[in-house]
Amino acid sequence: MLELKNVSFAVEGAEIINDLSLTVPDGRFVVITGPNGGGKSTLARLIAGIEKPTSGKILFNGEDITEMSITDRAKKGVAFAFQQPVRFKGLNVLDLLRIAAGKRINVSEACEYLAEVGLCAKDYIDREVNASLSGGELKRIEIATVLARNASLCVFDEPEAGIDLWSFRNLTRIFENMRTEQTDRSIIIISHQERILNIADEIVVLSDGKVREHGAKDDIFPKLAGSELAAEPCRKLV
Amino acid sequence: MVKLDEIQKRLMQEVADLHTVPEGAYNFRANGELAGRQSTENIEIVSKSDVSGIDIRIKDNTKNESVHIPVVLSASGHKETVYNDFYVGENCDVLIVAGCGIDNCGTGDSEHDGVHRFFVGKGSKVKYVEKHYGSGNGTGKRILNPVTEVYMEENSTVEMEMVQIKGVDSTKRETKAELKAGARLVVRERLMTHGEQFAHSIYNVTLDGDDSSADVVSRSVARDKSYQKLDLCVLGNAACSGHTECDSIIMDEGRILALPALEANNVDAQLVHEAAIGKIAGEQLIKLMTLGLTEAEAEEQIINGFLK
Repeated sequence: MLELKNVSFAVEGAEIINDLSLTVPDGRFVVITGPNGGGKSTLARLIAGIEKPTSGKILFNGEDITEMSITDRAKKGVAFAFQQPVRFKGLNVLDLLRIAAGKRINVSEACEYLAEVGLCAKDYIDREVNASLSGGELKRIEIATVLARNASLCVFDEPEAGIDLWSFRNLTRIFENMRTEQTDRSIIIISHQERILNIADEIVVLSDGKVREHGAKDDIFPKLAGSELAAEPCRKLV
Repeated sequence: MVKLDEIQKRLMQEVADLHTVPEGAYNFRANGELAGRQSTENIEIVSKSDVSGIDIRIKDNTKNESVHIPVVLSASGHKETVYNDFYVGENCDVLIVAGCGIDNCGTGDSEHDGVHRFFVGKGSKVKYVEKHYGSGNGTGKRILNPVTEVYMEENSTVEMEMVQIKGVDSTKRETKAELKAGARLVVRERLMTHGEQFAHSIYNVTLDGDDSSADVVSRSVARDKSYQKLDLCVLGNAACSGHTECDSIIMDEGRILALPALEANNVDAQLVHEAAIGKIAGEQLIKLMTLGLTEAEAEEQIINGFLK
């Protein structure tokens, strides 16, 4: 279970996250949405430990992880997928999956993770994770590294960003599969996309660094269409 | 391997991946002396009579054969200059593995200056692998100054892999290539310097024939207080294509000077240079840390991958 208690985050006096409290129980699929600049990506980075809150506390399975490093959080079971996947000269897909798994997994194990994200393993296993891969391919490999972590909390920052519509359709299938196969693993996805909002157990609407709405998908989703604060995501839904 | 001691065997493994005597032709040199030699039906190795070194003659149409000519130095203070000439016939396909390992536990500087000349016949394909390695904790320096000259006949191909990752205090590497029509040269250099090491690498590639091409890529890492200088010069005298790339990571107080030079003397010459020097991107470290590595482990993985 992830608990954020009165978390604030400011950069040079500007409040990005403002006294935010949120609980994500085990096994829940939560989509965080809201207008651009509302603090969604910052919230994801705070959970992963890439940013540290100015005030407030973050608890993971009851343990205070507020001051814990990125590495230690990862070891506790927090996984994070970047909005812009990072490129590496020289590291290939297999290297990255092995680092993610934390052990020297064999090629067929690595292939299973790639198959889950819809990539033909033999075409990709030796490919360098560099600019020769398309945005959609990098996104899927990024997701495969998160799957390989076998983490109890997976945070995805705008998986739809920077990829074309066709790749996105395939991508939503990955999340639908994760939803059906889900066990105790909690999933947090930052997204504007209707198809992803539709998979959620819960939807959180974030704007101006605060939780504006939080509830079951069936309660929140209908409200989004008419709500001014959700104008941005709704425009994208059309 | 007749005369090699344990240190020399270890060096041999580092520079030539050799655990036992290789198949095919070979010439082992240890502390300035011949430690083993074998010629084959198609590849003949003979000592030079005027200077220190060997002539390697490869017959026309020799395919899928290899030559290993590693050199090891384990006596502190030993200095030598060696001249090795490779005469590769026409339509060959051969692998040449060279390399030098120095172990210096003493106070005198140890130095190996290898001058390699390649005369590659028409339509031949040569893969050349050269590794340099140093070890030992003496105060004497480990110095390697290789000179490589490549003369390529029509439609020949040379792929060169040059690696110097560890332990060489000072190096000046000069590589010169002249290409006739349809010849193709590919160079992959990987270099890492640490401590107070100094490395200077100079490439002069001349594309003289139509449809000749050169692709020279250097990846390097300068750590601690080390210094690297890289001169990459390509001359296009025909309808040719040349690409050079210098990609470097600097760490600690490491410094790198990259000097690309392109000269086109023919309107159909297409020459490109790319260069980038910088520290490891913060996002790369963060990504690997989210996968559970510490910052130091992440750094190591990034460097290992970069130099792979």
